[in-house]
Amino acid sequence: MNSSNTKAKAKPGRRIENLIWEFKNNKQAIFSLVYISVILLISIFVVFSPNDPNAIDVTGKLKPPSSLHWFGTDDMGRDYFMRVLYGGRVSLLVGILAMFTSIFIGVGAGMASGYFGGIIDTVLMRFVDVLSSIPWIIMVMVISMVFKKGLISLILVIGVLGWMEIARLIRSEVLSVKERDYIKYAVFIGVNPWRIMFTHILPAVFPTVITASTASIASAIMVESALSFLGKGVSAPMSSWGSLLQSSQKFLQKAPYMAIIPGVFIILTVFSFNKLGEVVRVFAEPRVISGEEDV
Amino acid sequence: MENEILILAQGLKKYFQPRGFFGLKNNFIKAVDDISLEIYKGETFGLVGESGCGKSTLGRTLIRMYEPTGGSIFYKGEDITHIKASQLKMLENRFQIIFQDPYMALDPFWNVGEILEEPLRRIGMDSGQWSNKIKDILEKVGLGSDDVHKFPYEFSGGQRQRIGIARALAVNPEFIMCDEPIAALDVSIQAQVVNLLQDLQEELGLTYLFTAHDLSMVRYISTRIGVMYLGRIVEKAKSRELFKNPLHPYTKLLLSSIPLPDPKNAVKKRKFKSVQEAALTDVMRGCNFAPRCEYKTELCLCEVPILRELEAGHFVACHNAKEIN
Repeated sequence: MNSSNTKAKAKPGRRIENLIWEFKNNKQAIFSLVYISVILLISIFVVFSPNDPNAIDVTGKLKPPSSLHWFGTDDMGRDYFMRVLYGGRVSLLVGILAMFTSIFIGVGAGMASGYFGGIIDTVLMRFVDVLSSIPWIIMVMVISMVFKKGLISLILVIGVLGWMEIARLIRSEVLSVKERDYIKYAVFIGVNPWRIMFTHILPAVFPTVITASTASIASAIMVESALSFLGKGVSAPMSSWGSLLQSSQKFLQKAPYMAIIPGVFIILTVFSFNKLGEVVRVFAEPRVISGEEDV
Repeated sequence: MENEILILAQGLKKYFQPRGFFGLKNNFIKAVDDISLEIYKGETFGLVGESGCGKSTLGRTLIRMYEPTGGSIFYKGEDITHIKASQLKMLENRFQIIFQDPYMALDPFWNVGEILEEPLRRIGMDSGQWSNKIKDILEKVGLGSDDVHKFPYEFSGGQRQRIGIARALAVNPEFIMCDEPIAALDVSIQAQVVNLLQDLQEELGLTYLFTAHDLSMVRYISTRIGVMYLGRIVEKAKSRELFKNPLHPYTKLLLSSIPLPDPKNAVKKRKFKSVQEAALTDVMRGCNFAPRCEYKTELCLCEVPILRELEAGHFVACHNAKEIN
């Protein structure tokens, strides 16, 4: 056949091949991968560093970046470099775990609601309506009063309150996907509904899941910083990028680097997760790569 | 020669009930209304009619993709109308479907191998035999075995339809419902697909129910043809007979709408009202076609005509069929 000659690449393991091709040809993707890996590695191994992020040095307050303190020092003379690295630990941990919590609940509820319809759909969607009608900041305050203050409850609070939009999004996708002929065919030949959900519907909504989850990481990092500002997030002396950003406000004129550095880290992290999400779609959705280019 | 009845439908009904405001029940949509039909083993039964007349619904109800509202379906004399899902497994091997839109019929996230494995897994074929079986079917429908790892987006519309046919053939079916398989294809590809279907029929002894709105294609492939109008079969005859001697006014209308290559030969077209002009009412007690029919009488408005055998093997549902012809 003609087509098989022009597409000599047709071999097993195409998805992986596509993924590698995408990484080789997309500089932003390489950057994102490298950046996320470096940040993750640093976050994991920073605890082995001998420097203490909480060591106060009253004589060296608000020093600009220098060879001794790479990112300068803050208002208590603490090394800002270490504080940013330790802050990244918290921000990433909260962002990623809260994202998984939201995605897990949101995708589960959305798929069940869209696929089964009827009473399950009504109950789940009204529940979503109720939850999203309560202003989240009040919700968070109440919940964080009940739960013990700490990282785990912070993650759960952010994650459990962030799934409603995702559920709505996934539900509407599933509603349109399940009308497609290949799903009807699978139902016709009697494929198990769970199997249909996981093998047919999940891949079809996967691009949406990826987009939602990268956006979710970003919003979780932001929500965490807002909560820290209100005193309901991480408490001093523990730091996160969000809390560093918040506390830098007082010293914007004297030490602008205190705001810029964590800000840049947040932006790069959010960008990289978005970019990686886009690349992962290549794996899930074979159509998105431009197959014409490799003739 | 082909006397064994494979599928027999008696008074088959499929109504849809659109849900209105606040879940109030509206009127039924009678997609298939009291249809009796027999399909012989090895034949191709063509179903024609304008869009929305219930062709696809009838086909899908016959293969039990839809639950019938009333009537009964027999498969080789066995009643399968209310057969349970567990017993339907037996039928899965026997009934298959080819869809109209080759783009929607295949999962874009699965490669050809995965698509073809789906029905094989359902019939419980040993996974070791899959790859041989798949290679075999792909060859049968004119695709190469190296296409197994390709995704649907790498194929043209015609090739995708071949994959759809391959999937239907994978489980050695007896009866395939071809749901307008050529409507979405280019004319040159249409011929290829129809020829492929015919070759496969000869080779594997398949029975087809073939729906289409392209009359010349239906004429080419069908043994017998049923003409549907608003959920009912109005005429049923051998393919050649129907085209030579249409008895129902609606069939005449359909046939006169086939474009002829030579305008000089064009017969003067009869004047029929269009659907819009006819002002279809919800409550129809008589013949569905009566509002558009130029031959209608009092009887047509109050009594539903039944299919009568006017000539040998030629059925028509019209009160005035004799008078008209």
